[in-house]
Formats: sequence, structure tokens, C-alpha cells
Amino acid sequence: MNRASERLAVSDPAIAAIMAGRSRSAAAVSWLREAALLPVIVVLIIVGTFVNSAFFAVSNFTGIGQQIAALGVTVVGESLILLIGGMDLSLEGTYGLAPMVAAWLIVPVTAFGSGARINPLLGIVVLLAVGACVGAINGLMIVKARLNGFIVTLGMTIVLAGLQLGIVGGNTLFNLPSEFTYLGAASIGVVPVSFLMAVLIFVVVGLFLRYHRIGRAIYAVGGNQEAARAAGIKVDRIRIGVYVAGSVLAALGGLMEAGRVSAVTGQQGYQEGIIFSVFAAAVIGGVSLKGGRGNMVGAASGVVLLGLVQNILDLSQVSNYWIEAVTGGVILVALVLARIVGGAAE
Amino acid sequence: MSDASTPAASPVVEAAGVYKRFGSTQALRGIDLALRPGRCLGLVGRNGAGKSTLVSILSGIYPADAGELRMHGRLATVHQHSMVVPSLTVAENIFLGRQPQRSGPAGWRSLVDWRAMREQAAQVMADWGYPIDVRLPCSSLTVEQRQIVEIARALAAGARCLLLDEPTAALERDAIRRLFDRVKQLVANGVAVMYISHHLEEVFEICQDVAVIRDGEIVLATSTTEVTKEQLVSAMVGGGEPAEVTRVTLRSGPVDGPVDTPCLEVDHVYAASARGSLNDVSLTVRPGERVGVTGLLSAGPATLARVVAGAEGFAAGQVRLDGTPLAPGRPDLAMRAGVGYIPEDRQAEGFVSLLGVAENSTMTVTDWLAGKAGWLRPSTVGRAAEPLSRRLSVVSAGPRQPVGELSGGNQQKVTVARAIIRKPRLIVAITPTRGVDVASKSLLLTELAEVTAESGAGLLLATDELSDLAICDRVIVLVRGEVFTEFTSPPFDREAVIAATEGISRGAVQEDGRDPA
Repeated sequence: MNRASERLAVSDPAIAAIMAGRSRSAAAVSWLREAALLPVIVVLIIVGTFVNSAFFAVSNFTGIGQQIAALGVTVVGESLILLIGGMDLSLEGTYGLAPMVAAWLIVPVTAFGSGARINPLLGIVVLLAVGACVGAINGLMIVKARLNGFIVTLGMTIVLAGLQLGIVGGNTLFNLPSEFTYLGAASIGVVPVSFLMAVLIFVVVGLFLRYHRIGRAIYAVGGNQEAARAAGIKVDRIRIGVYVAGSVLAALGGLMEAGRVSAVTGQQGYQEGIIFSVFAAAVIGGVSLKGGRGNMVGAASGVVLLGLVQNILDLSQVSNYWIEAVTGGVILVALVLARIVGGAAE
Repeated sequence: MSDASTPAASPVVEAAGVYKRFGSTQALRGIDLALRPGRCLGLVGRNGAGKSTLVSILSGIYPADAGELRMHGRLATVHQHSMVVPSLTVAENIFLGRQPQRSGPAGWRSLVDWRAMREQAAQVMADWGYPIDVRLPCSSLTVEQRQIVEIARALAAGARCLLLDEPTAALERDAIRRLFDRVKQLVANGVAVMYISHHLEEVFEICQDVAVIRDGEIVLATSTTEVTKEQLVSAMVGGGEPAEVTRVTLRSGPVDGPVDTPCLEVDHVYAASARGSLNDVSLTVRPGERVGVTGLLSAGPATLARVVAGAEGFAAGQVRLDGTPLAPGRPDLAMRAGVGYIPEDRQAEGFVSLLGVAENSTMTVTDWLAGKAGWLRPSTVGRAAEPLSRRLSVVSAGPRQPVGELSGGNQQKVTVARAIIRKPRLIVAITPTRGVDVASKSLLLTELAEVTAESGAGLLLATDELSDLAICDRVIVLVRGEVFTEFTSPPFDREAVIAATEGISRGAVQEDGRDPA
């Protein structure tokens, strides 16, 4: 057995060198992962060009930009919540209820409003406040009362959807003032304002997560809550804060959607099943459902990918009755592909 | 096993020339090993030497890249971390996956025969001299009982070879003794055992043979009667380094002159806790003083440390740092008041495994490092972490390598860096060397002692590893949540401290200054 000791023993610097090599390749893999969806997006653009000649046109791309802006802003909110190791199904409800309440206070009785006729800008403040309230209630129930996030936000979804339908008796609010629809409907040149806003939010939140101490604390809390607590991070405050921020972003997404379609239906959010797209975009983009892993580059590419899929299906000859089944199927395939490309287990 | 004394029978499990590589790391380089019936083989080695990989290959978790495994009997592994299913009963755990079956009415087959399962499980436990209600869920058992259930499961499945992977890491002294009695009994009955441990004295106590693994190779294999502890240590460490690595040497002395105002005052504290309650505990730590707190796990040393660090609340009493009371259960406030906390379980509380070495090391000082609006530069973080990483010799690929990828010893160094980087007035450490290899152990203890000596910080060291107490100026022994006795003059007599933790003899203060017999 002594032949073993004759072999060359590896000294510590050698081990360090080996590990350094491994980590460099690990860093390359992580960069690859962030850009992993780029080829898929390129392929989708090529496919789209063949499917319909109308696809590769400025007007179509601005349309896509406008369509995915509302989803994208909501995905930022959900990603933040996923990063701290939580989940929020009720973003769907907030996405519908917040613009509903604001619009209801703004528009005249003839357009099914309350008759309060408040200033549209004040309405936007109300909209953000509704988001903040919902997030605060969720956060307090989950963090302080230690209830399970899944069941709390599922219950909240149902409450919010019910309120949304109940307030206007199932009617659709229209005649929205231009200040209220500006964010969702206006364009600067050919570029939709909503798209610019979404890009701005992705960039700011991305930088915040990477370079701000609270952003880093979000990763610490999501990665290991107890370790973060032992390091003196105010874990409860950060978790509640993130639930609030997530809901405010969902409310803003709802405002964009209301502006885009110039109306608020009693089923905005719920009708298009937005929460599935929100989770799908985040997960396809590499945001872990277990917390602590993911970034805004990934989340943004997940959103773009979903937007392209939706647009190509709209332009293709798929029958309206089948389009949802096809969309769902394509998203599931995308999840599998993202899992294969991403490597790490979800 | 050429050196082993006359093997009585052919091996139950044999490994020949086993190689295993993970990425660019060659974890095992030609391991030859034989486990024979009626013999206990101790496997020792530093963290990262390849022990865990070898265990995984022997238990079939990974295939070997090259080499041969010959199994002449069933092998079962009892892992370091409990592998029982907590929500299932003792009986269900013992028969997990192979429940006794019966057929039912109407041609139903393969139904679980609950009664037979309970009866057989009770019989298994009784054979072990361990009568326990097999209908209890495993979540209600102590760590020791869970381990017994695991071993019972392995044996009931017909295992003729047991791998025990650091089974004593979470056990108290009494439980360890009982475990050893049972292992000896198993070996006497012809079971082959491989025993993996960081504690060399345990290996000498229950093993007939010992093998030292270093850098993926077996560098020494012999009988425990033919080798000394020092020889094992030098084989583990490798050429060049002195054998006496567990000795802690201080490069600088304690702070000059007596400093009388305590930095920590614990005043009649009562706390209820699953880790052991505290009943009217009072103590003080002066600046620069290193105070050890020891006792059985259930006696509350860890609870006391957690209470001081704010990780746990308390019902009555007061904890003051430099005269200012600390709020119960507020780790954030305790940290800002000047407490540096090294938690008991580093996996659970010590670091965020996905984040890098530098970021984890500086997690307690982001408020110092950030600019006005709270923005942090990664380069600032890296620079801030660098001196401590170097001082504690953290072996990593760089400041951005996730801490989860490091070895246990290096993870612990990061946890220690995180606690001391904020220049605390008081360092609270709980079992800081648990599961850490011998070399890292002495480095960690030396650095803790030196940091306190240099900065004048107090150290409250809660531990059940007596070797940790070597750096302490004073040792307080808790029994059932009360201060039982205090040893005031190092070196502390091992036997006397053990006797005190068992609540047998206080004989310490009186024996002051006397050379322990």
C-alpha cells in the first residue's frame, strides 16, 4: 500500500490552480446561460419571417414591443418575488384590479364609472397604491403570520378577481382619458412608450439587483434566509418590501395593458391567464422557483421569447379555437429546452 | 491491507484500483481497500481528501471511472446527515421500500401488512436492546434514536457491511458511548464496519484497522495497535508539516493589564429552547477575554450563545453589551451593537452557498462598503474581503467562487470572516471547528484567539469539543441550563471538565492552580 505515497502529492497551489480553471469555465457557463435564449430568439425570428411576410416589419415589431411591455413589467415583479424564494399568484389579480379601481374613480357614470371623476394622474397614484396595499397584505400574511405563500396568494387572486368583477357589475370601463392611456398607447416616433418604460424598468432593476446592497440582500435572503438573518440582514423587511414592489410593478403592467386596449374589462389579467405567461417567462429566463438564482437579462429574454411565439402564432394560420393549446404546448417545449440549455436543475 | 494482522476471513467488500474524477479534479487515484467480517476499519483524512467520494462510490451513488468493486454481501451506509423520513414512523422507516406484504380480499395483492411490520420492527429494536415505540414518527426522535433507526434498517435489510460516515458528529458523549458499544457488538458478531471520523481517539477506541486517505490515495493502512495518533496526523497532513497540528500557538499575547469593565454581561437570563433551556444564567466576558461555555448538548451552551447573538429570544433577564441592553431575538441589532456571530450549523446559517466568497465574507458590512445611495461596487467588495481571506487562508478559485463549492473547512473560514470583518466587540462562536479537518481546526482556533488578543474583543465560545477550549482563559460548564461550575486557570483538566459536564463533580475552582493529576 506504500506505493501510494510514492506518487506525486498535489500541493495546495496546484489544487487552487485547478479550481481556478474550473471556476473560469463556470463563469463562462453562467454567461452562456444568460445568453442561452438568444439563438432560440434568432430561430424564432427566422421562422416568423417564413410564416408570414407581415412578420418582419417595423410595425409588427413595435406591436410586439407594445404587447410584451405589460407582461415584461409584471415579470420583473414576479422575478423579484421568486428571487427571495417566494411566489405570488395574485399578481394576476393586481394586474386587473388596480387599473379597474383607478379607472372606475376617473371615468363618468355613463362609462360605468363611480362618478367621482378624479384627476387621471391622481388615478395613477391610486393604481400604484392599490398595488402597494395588495403586496403589503400578502407580505404581512406570508412573512409575519407565516402562512404559505402559495395558498395566501391563490386566495388573494380569487378575492381580487371577485372585487374586479363586482365593482363594475361585470361591465367594461371605457372612455379612458389620454393621461391614463398615455403609458400604454402612446409612441415616441415609432417606439411605444410602454416598451421604453419596460426596458427602463428591466435595466434599473437589473442594476439594482447587481450593484445595490438591498439587491444583493435579496439574493442572500433567497439563497439562504437563515444565513442572511445571522449576518444581520433585516430579512422580514426585505421580504415584505419585495412583495410590495412586485405588486406595484404588476399594477403598472395592468396600467400599460389598459392603455393599450383603451378599456378595462372586468376580467383583465384573469381572462388571458397572464400569470401562467409570467411564471413561464421567468422560468424560461432562468429565474429559479427555489429562490436566490436568476437575473434580469434572463427574465427579459424569456419575455421576448414568449412575445415572439405569441405573435408568430397570431400571424400563422392556426385556428383561434386551437391557438391556446398550441401556445401552452410551445411554452412547455420552451421550458424543456431552457432546462436542457441551462443545465442546472430547476 | 498488507499490514493488517492476519485477516480472519475473506473480505465482504473489496475495492481495487478505484479512480474517480469530477471535472478537472481527480478525487480518487487508485484506492485499494478491503472490509472484512468482524473487523472495524477507521478511515481518516482531511476535508477534501476523498473520504466522501469513496463512501459514495462504495454505496453505489456514483460509478467508479476505473477499478473494481467486489461485493460479497449487502452493504449499507449510515450518512452524516440523517436519512430517515421524518414524517414516517419508526417501523415504516425500518422497512422502507420492503414492507412485509399480504394479499387482501378480491384478489388484491401486495398490500402492506401493517401488523407484521410493527411486530417485526419492534423485534428488531428489542434485539438491539433499544425498546422504542415503533409507531412514533421519526420526527419525534432524538438524533441518536434516528441514527439507531438507520443502523437497524441497514441490518434488518441483511447488510453484512456497514459504512458509518461521521456518526458521532451530532451526538452527545453518552450517546456516543452507547453507539460504540453497539458497533463493537456488531463487529463481534461478524459484521464488517468502515468508520469515518475526524476524531482520532474514536478510531483508536473502536477500530482494529485504520487507513489514511490523502489527495485521493490511501497513504497509510495499518492496525491501530501499530500506529500512534501523531503518525496518523502526519500521514493525513502529508510531508513537511509538523505532527502536532492540533496544538494552538499564540503569536501575540493577551491585552495588557486587567480590563475590568466587562464587554458582555449576561444577567439572570431565562430562555426556553429546543436546544436546551436556560435557567437563571449569569456570566460576564471582559474585553480580550476568551470564555468557553461547555456542557451536554441539552444543557444549553448553544442556546446561551444564540441568545447573546440575538438568534434566539429569551423570556427574562438581560444581556448587555458594553453596558447597553440587547433586544431579545434581534440578530440585526446585536450585530450593529458589536456582536460577531459564528453560528452552529454553517450550512444552515453560515453562508449563502450560491453567492461568492467575497460577498459572503462581507455580508455583515455592506452598510460600510456601500456608497451614499446604497450602491455596492463588486471591486470594493473583493478588496474588502481579500485581507481576511488571505489571513484565514481560504482556498478558493477567487473571490467570486460560490461558497457552496468549497470544502467544509473553507466554508467555515468564510463564516468566521463574515463574523469578524465588522470588528466586533464580542465574538460569539458555536462549535466553530465541528466537521473541520485538523489543519483548518488549529488555524481557526489560533485566528480566533489572535483576533481577540489584537482587537480587545471578547470571545464567547460555546462548544462540546474539549479541544476548542484550549484557547480559552476561562471555562464555564452548564448543566441542565444552569451554571454548574467554572474553571479559571488553563490548561483545563480534560477529565475534570468532562466530570463537570456530566454534573458529577464541580471540583474545579478549589483545584485552581494545581497541576491536574
